[in-house]
Amino acid sequence: MAIRLSCKEASRLISQGMDRRLSFPERIALRLHVGICDACTRFTRQVEFLRRALKAFPGPDDPDGR
Amino acid sequence: MRFALLQLRDRGAAEDAVQEALLAAIQGAERFAGQSSLRTWLIGILKHKIVDSIRKTAREQPGVSSPEGDGVEDLEAFFADDGHFAEPPGEWASPERALEERRFFEALERCLQSLPRNTASAFTMRELMGLETDEICKELGISTSNCWVMLYRARMSLRACLERTWFLAGPAGAG
Repeated sequence: MAIRLSCKEASRLISQGMDRRLSFPERIALRLHVGICDACTRFTRQVEFLRRALKAFPGPDDPDGR
Repeated sequence: MRFALLQLRDRGAAEDAVQEALLAAIQGAERFAGQSSLRTWLIGILKHKIVDSIRKTAREQPGVSSPEGDGVEDLEAFFADDGHFAEPPGEWASPERALEERRFFEALERCLQSLPRNTASAFTMRELMGLETDEICKELGISTSNCWVMLYRARMSLRACLERTWFLAGPAGAG
């Protein structure tokens, strides 16, 4: 695996990192990329937020009792 | 009921799952020790019934999952030719506060419904029910790498959908 990732490769690894343990070289390459990439930093935060949102689903109790 | 319908996309199957969950709840009422809210407990039982139902469907219609799982062409659209994001993820204002808003979950639900059926199944099994990837692959009868692609697709699509319909529209604009 190339040590320099594109955002396309990085976002794929970020997603897979939520489903399996990444290999050591994958983790290093990902950290190097995310460390300098604002877009992938936000992407990481947002997919982690998605996980929290699904855990909280279906959300707060509806006052209307719908 | 909306919860079950969202994941099964079939009214009959969703009604069955809700009914079975309620029966199980009545039978297991003494196990409800009051450590969680009644609602949380019922939803927990319902999640199990939904997984059962997805399993059953997957067994009865083997191979239904293959057409949408393999290709990654649709994912290419998220990126420019040089591998950068075509539209970089934006900054989301106070995402934690969205979790307290009912309308946010309605937006999330609409986004989930826009996913291809099996992609949505794989994603909800993973994130709503916390199943491991290998269990999901087995249930849907697909390969592990295929499963990762589906979960990746789900996250990319949902992220973009929520950004478009909620975070950029703004809580005020959403209603």
